[in-house]
Amino acid sequence: MIIRTLPRLTRHLSIQRRLASSLVLLEHKGGKLNESSLTAITAAKVLNGDTAGIVIGSSSDVEAVTGQAKTIEGLSKIYTASSDAYSNSLAENVAPLLAAVLPAKNITHLFAAHTAVGKNVFPRLAGLLDTSMIADIIALEPSGDTFTRPIYAGNAILKVKSSPKDKIKIVTVRTTAFDKAPIGNGSATVESVDTVSSDSTTKFISEELTRSSRPDLSSASRVVSGGRALKSQENFTQIIEPLADALGAAVGASRAAVDSGYADNSLQVGQTGKVVAPELYVAVGISGAIQHLAGMKESKLIVAINKDPDAPIFQVADAGLVADLFEAVPQLTKKVQENKA
Amino acid sequence: MRPTLPRLINILVPVKRSIDYAVKIRVASDGKGVDTNVKHSMNPFDEIAVEEAIRLRERKGKLVTSITALSIGPAKAADTIRTALAMGADTGIHITTPEGIVVEPISVAHAIKKVIDRSEGKDKIDLVICGKQAIDDDSGSTGGMLAGMLGWDQGGFASKLDVEEGGKIQVTREIDGGLEKIEGNLPFVVTTDLRLNEPRYASLPNIMKAKKKKIETLKPEDLGLDFTPRLETISVSEPPKRVGGGKVENVDELVGKLKDAGLL
Repeated sequence: MIIRTLPRLTRHLSIQRRLASSLVLLEHKGGKLNESSLTAITAAKVLNGDTAGIVIGSSSDVEAVTGQAKTIEGLSKIYTASSDAYSNSLAENVAPLLAAVLPAKNITHLFAAHTAVGKNVFPRLAGLLDTSMIADIIALEPSGDTFTRPIYAGNAILKVKSSPKDKIKIVTVRTTAFDKAPIGNGSATVESVDTVSSDSTTKFISEELTRSSRPDLSSASRVVSGGRALKSQENFTQIIEPLADALGAAVGASRAAVDSGYADNSLQVGQTGKVVAPELYVAVGISGAIQHLAGMKESKLIVAINKDPDAPIFQVADAGLVADLFEAVPQLTKKVQENKA
Repeated sequence: MRPTLPRLINILVPVKRSIDYAVKIRVASDGKGVDTNVKHSMNPFDEIAVEEAIRLRERKGKLVTSITALSIGPAKAADTIRTALAMGADTGIHITTPEGIVVEPISVAHAIKKVIDRSEGKDKIDLVICGKQAIDDDSGSTGGMLAGMLGWDQGGFASKLDVEEGGKIQVTREIDGGLEKIEGNLPFVVTTDLRLNEPRYASLPNIMKAKKKKIETLKPEDLGLDFTPRLETISVSEPPKRVGGGKVENVDELVGKLKDAGLL
């Protein structure tokens, strides 16, 4: 009996495995692949199934990104959809396209990085398909129905099992929880899919991007962040930026610093801003409210400089210095520069 | 030639009663949730949504016909609706659920859609302003799901919002790396980001007045809704504890730590 059931069991398992067919939304901007998407591919690969990518955008962008995307390791296929309607990733245009592609290509799992685009497009898609959305996962199981995600600003970790009622799993991935899939040796085939028109009247008007010569905050390996204690925008620039430059780090900020106008919105680290997990996180003049910690406590080494010895940031800091930041930070900057020379 | 009639706007603001943002969360002993026997308040992003609806009326006057606050939850969710009424919303709708039941974003979106479908004529809801995410489940999906279900246009993560006569709507959205401006038309779903506005406090006279405002109470069955969850909670656990607390005496020691970690 045992001998007879075993082969059946393994055959059954292999059929289940083959069923997982994942699609990863490959985000891009100005014809350049957004590397956050590479972390979503790593998450998709946990399922051991077939993994394809999809590039959606204007024809020139799609052409440029597909060249790069083909060489991502682990992707069997790149679907492309080109139309001017897709050029600014408006959810009203992109979601109906995905809603048509997923069933047509027998996709069981759709992934994207938990970025502004993923957060905007995927809920609409879930609404169109009448399915749950599983946001910001930090882990998943090979079975393909069990996902782990932080809740309450990262103060609790929830593990959920999705029901078969939700036939297609719509998932966004916390980029700091997965490594990036390597680029270079992949050889995916390319297949264009039909565009889907939308009766939406929403139009893109303009965008205003914060220009910076420093590394991008969400993917930087080092981050120097400033808080309210810097007292002014001038101080923020004069104290935080030289240290960031000496360390080759991106600049971040607490919500208090952003709300006081010391730093731009896009630099905010925390529950309502960006979640980072760099090698080094330097928190300057940041007390460490739970909303801020939610955005940085996965960092490898946390350094805190704060005048208040009881600031909550010291509870998570690996190296805490109780000192006046206006003296300590310029000193630190100088010593870091000397070490480089 | 007759001038185009101004389009009247009926606004619906979904509000969620969630654990107060300042409370330090504790995982419940059964490992299936968190300890909810703590202070609750209106989800901060929903306060911003209520505030924006009121400001829109303050700017546009009669163009905004009504502001309705909707909440789904146990009896105490009525407090959250009262708060919205005290801020300036006109009426409330409370869809009641038993204590301890989690209503998932997809169910909330279905419920809001039912409420909108039910409205008609001059009371037809044509603008939904909701928070970008609830700070308890951090899912951030209800607004977008609703827009998809209704086939309405959407402006997610709004930091600026304006509606013109005739129903043209402008939204400045917070995106990675900056801001994006889009334009659409009513009916429309907006989700609010932090910087959209600074919510007002309800004054005592307004709190008193709010007690006289009407809250319609409905059961899920009244609307033909089924809140059975589709996602099963396997476990809720504490995040891994971070061992911090290593203090250094001075900048030199700090530099030493960075060197030890191979960062310098």
